Amino acid sequence: MIRAWLMQHGFVFFLTLKRLIATPVTSLLSVIVMGIALSLPTGIYVLMENLSSISGQSASSPQMSLFLKLDIKKEDIERIKQRMEEDSQIVSFQFIPKDAALHQLQQSNGLADISASLVRNPLPDAFIVHALENTPENLEQLRVAMQSWPEIEHVQFDSAWAARLNALLKLGRFIVLMLTTLLSVAIIVIMFNTIRLQILTKRDEIEISKLIGATDSFIRRPFLYFGAIQGLAGGATAWLIMTLTIRAMNEELGTLAQLYDFDLQLQQLSPSDSISLLSFSAWLGWLGARLSVASHLWQIEPR
Amino acid sequence: MIIFKNVSKRYPDGYVALNNIDLTVESGEMVFLTGHSGAGKSTLLKLIAAIERPTSGTITISGQNIAQLKLGAIPYLRRKIGFIFQDHKLLFDRNVFDNVLLPLQISNFDNKTVAGRVRAALDKVGLLKKEKAMPIALSGGERQRLCIARAVVHRPSILIADEPTGNLDIEYAQDIMSMFTSFNQVGVTVLIATHDASLLKDAEHRILSLKQGKLAV
Ligand SMILES: Nc1ncnc2c1ncn2[C@@H]1O[C@H](COP(=O)(O)OP(=O)(O)O)[C@@H](O)[C@H]1O
Ligand SMILES: [Mg+2]
Repeated sequence: MIRAWLMQHGFVFFLTLKRLIATPVTSLLSVIVMGIALSLPTGIYVLMENLSSISGQSASSPQMSLFLKLDIKKEDIERIKQRMEEDSQIVSFQFIPKDAALHQLQQSNGLADISASLVRNPLPDAFIVHALENTPENLEQLRVAMQSWPEIEHVQFDSAWAARLNALLKLGRFIVLMLTTLLSVAIIVIMFNTIRLQILTKRDEIEISKLIGATDSFIRRPFLYFGAIQGLAGGATAWLIMTLTIRAMNEELGTLAQLYDFDLQLQQLSPSDSISLLSFSAWLGWLGARLSVASHLWQIEPR
Repeated sequence: MIIFKNVSKRYPDGYVALNNIDLTVESGEMVFLTGHSGAGKSTLLKLIAAIERPTSGTITISGQNIAQLKLGAIPYLRRKIGFIFQDHKLLFDRNVFDNVLLPLQISNFDNKTVAGRVRAALDKVGLLKKEKAMPIALSGGERQRLCIARAVVHRPSILIADEPTGNLDIEYAQDIMSMFTSFNQVGVTVLIATHDASLLKDAEHRILSLKQGKLAV
């Protein structure tokens, strides 16, 4: 039973490949159109992924620096620590004593001379606070609240740029979503029409098959395979376009990097993203074919 | 066994093609259905394969009521029947072999045995040498025999032929009739519709005659 079933599907699979190859120009054109359509949102997605990995952790976890007053006492520091532990808005914090800060300053280039000449340590004690990821309003509230603590001289919101980047990434994700939706609909429509034409040209075959006992699923199967395989090929084309584009961009970035002495390389689509792309495009093709078959096959009733 | 009870068929345009038909065909029987063109022969045969549905009455085939058959069950009914259509319904984009192969592909036959079955069916109708030919290159008689091969390749228990000797000359027609007789001899129930009275002269089988949608006694 299962063997017969597998054989049946294998047979339809090869039949579909044959059909695709039988009309090479049409098939190739549809595949290229689908590939280009899919490569647009994929491309933006890849850029987004790269941008958010460059911006690193800070983009997702907002950070604030708390500078304490200079005349602060040990008990005050303990009190602040306790207060922070109780605050649900604060994920983690790190105390940076002024000696450590000065030491770090002395390490850094150019400033070593200046800091060595200092008689007294002018730096305050500080905390670095990682806040819960949250709305800008809530973060601002937290900043104001901490600013009002008596031991605090100044709260600096480090993540203003990160917040902007986050907003940008959000916008980018929205654009990816929009493009994906619109182009998916376009691909489904293309497939719908391709299958409609195929059904028209195979009218006799469908009618005769029905007359001699073909089930609906038997008649549907080659069209669904066609849709899925063509969709898959479209996805593979998009993948290829992306991979080659990123490789070319990385070469350009490489020469730039030499000139300006920085190191920036774009990441390719991850294996799991690649698999998602391929299965999504296959599914789109299948869906277009399925809708077309559902709305056209019933019209062919043998007489 | 095929049983018609009070079967009527009115087409959507209002024309009554069959009017209150009562009829029993035993399994293993061979029956002729005659009548002028337009008498309702094709309609009656189509009802058996659920190609048309009756307006009223019941049609029972081996205990199953065809008149009430769900759409999903129709393909399995048709696989029990070999149908030779009045207008042939051959696929002109594939060769003789592939035309005969179609019923086997449809019913999921094992790939290993299908080629043998197709050739056996082609052999029975004398078309073995033409398996690579396209239907367009066949003569009228050869096309008719191709239809027969396709109808019997899956070894149905009921064989239905609608005007199988249509425009053939008399020798060819007799040739084809003897094929049906030999299928009947191995136990297949055979129903043949024909308006060609010359075929029936020396037939020793039951003859049903239709007149304007009614069975004449
Ligand atoms: N699909 C149809 N719609 C309307 N009338 C039909 C249809 N099919 C057949 N008829 C009519 O039903 C009558 C019987 O047709 P048919 O069964 O084909 O007769 P026969 O096969 O004996 O020549 C004819 O008058 C024909 O015009
Ligand atoms: Mg007729």
